[in-house]
Amino acid sequence: MANTTISEHSVAGQLSRPASLALVLPLVLLLGLAFLLPVANLLMGSIFTPAPTAEHYLRIAQEPIFLRILLRTVQTATIVTLLAFLLGYPLALVMSRLSGRAAMLVAACVLIPLWTSVLVRSYAWIVLLQRTGIVNNTLLNWGLISQPLKLIYTEGAVIVAMTHVLMPYMILPIFSSLRSIAPELDRAARNLGAGHWTSFLAVTLPLSLPGVYAGAIMVFILSLGFYVTPALVGGPQNLTIATLIGQQTTDLLNWPFAGALAGVLLLVTLGLVGVFRRFLRFGKGA
Amino acid sequence: MSTLLETSSERTSQSASPSNPAFSPAIGRWLLNGFASFVLVFLLLPTLIVIPMSLGHASYIQFPPQGLTLKWYRAYFDSADWMSATWFSLRIALATTASATVIGTLASFAVVRGNLPGIRALQALTLAPLIVPHIVLAVALYLVFAPLGLTGNFVGFAIAHTMLSVPYVMLTVSAALQRIDPALELAALNCGASRAQAFWHVVLPNIAPGVAAGAVFAFLASFDEATVAFFISGVEGKTITRKLFEDIDYNLTPIIAAASTVMIVVSLALMGGVEWLRSRSENSGS
Repeated sequence: MANTTISEHSVAGQLSRPASLALVLPLVLLLGLAFLLPVANLLMGSIFTPAPTAEHYLRIAQEPIFLRILLRTVQTATIVTLLAFLLGYPLALVMSRLSGRAAMLVAACVLIPLWTSVLVRSYAWIVLLQRTGIVNNTLLNWGLISQPLKLIYTEGAVIVAMTHVLMPYMILPIFSSLRSIAPELDRAARNLGAGHWTSFLAVTLPLSLPGVYAGAIMVFILSLGFYVTPALVGGPQNLTIATLIGQQTTDLLNWPFAGALAGVLLLVTLGLVGVFRRFLRFGKGA
Repeated sequence: MSTLLETSSERTSQSASPSNPAFSPAIGRWLLNGFASFVLVFLLLPTLIVIPMSLGHASYIQFPPQGLTLKWYRAYFDSADWMSATWFSLRIALATTASATVIGTLASFAVVRGNLPGIRALQALTLAPLIVPHIVLAVALYLVFAPLGLTGNFVGFAIAHTMLSVPYVMLTVSAALQRIDPALELAALNCGASRAQAFWHVVLPNIAPGVAAGAVFAFLASFDEATVAFFISGVEGKTITRKLFEDIDYNLTPIIAAASTVMIVVSLALMGGVEWLRSRSENSGS
């Protein structure tokens, strides 16, 4: 009885095409003018300045320093992704087994860094790692070192700070993957004679892999193009592709070359997204 | 009941894994919890350490901070530079919130309920600002904005930040729209309401928590945004993030810690608001 009315109206209830188009028009204009157009302009500049040329792209491939920077960027992103996984997975596992107040508290501890400005967190790492910073002072006070170590403006500082900044992006998808595993599966495995460790390796870990992939891809992509943290915590010796793009734009005013570097970064990023699209989930919420 | 099950499985697993005595469940769980706590401290401590740093007397970064003073907050609120940057950021964030929320909500409605050609391309385009590295967008926008006089400019920032924030609104509002029953809207239409009336009186009240959450995300995405702001700021028109960036690089005073604390408080208050909305809508609805 009600069936006919609903099926009739589910077509009628749909917005007409002109109305739908009118509603998305502001969005399309915004993304067209403030996103597609500027990015296209940047990429065109890298190909057509001064005349149609591949020189800016060839320069990246031919000068060893640029290849080194690209390689270092990929290497840093890989290490950051691995560290975020190794540190984040156990925390996500513990989180997934909590309930009630404890679960809320731990979730808040993971979400607070995510919603604190990257600048504030990078500044905190400078405070911790500088010559007279907390880490050096503590080590000196304990007599573990006799002279302050050079911690800040190094590759290590960039890796540690970036791992800290990006880790929530690893933890949250793993957590939601782990949460969706029925607890009976682990219990069943153990009733069938598997130890905790075996049950984890054979049941929990494989079932949580989609979350691991999602987190890993997200962290890897974000760290490839990360600007703020390497610019503040890294030294002039630790240029990454993002800080190199910034330097070419603001200091050297070589926009076509900056455009070529941006093109390479964009290509790699979109390529990774295209290949791993099915694992990705978006949003900053839990 | 569940405790009974657990103790019985515990017993089974212990008796069943004599081959693996080194990994007793108790020690394993103890190690796991210990490691997870360590990771939590690693996540949280560097985020919150700027708060005590902003309260110490010394004019350089000292830990533990000596004495207790609010003088760095007074210095922050008395500084014309800091205040103009803070107000500039707040105005931009409010304008961004308004425009991103309206544009994003209308477009989400068309995407979820409408009849649109090329919907997959549109969805990909909508998420693109979350994927494309901000350094690429920063340089691209800078090159387009500079000749138009839109750098260091309120309108330029509002456009750029609306583009960066609109995906968050689309994600939360689309999710909220998918959760409500289309029959509600059909009922209103059947009773003679116009499309706009049905949206305003039926759909909007039902998705209000999602819209509000999207608005908060948009505000924070603008207020905390650092990379694009760094490139499109001017000598006069600069955001609080650009000001922080400059001072962290050249002039490490505890005023930075005070300004950072202000930013943390703003973020946490707004995120707390979203959590509150979410728990309220979960308790009342579905």
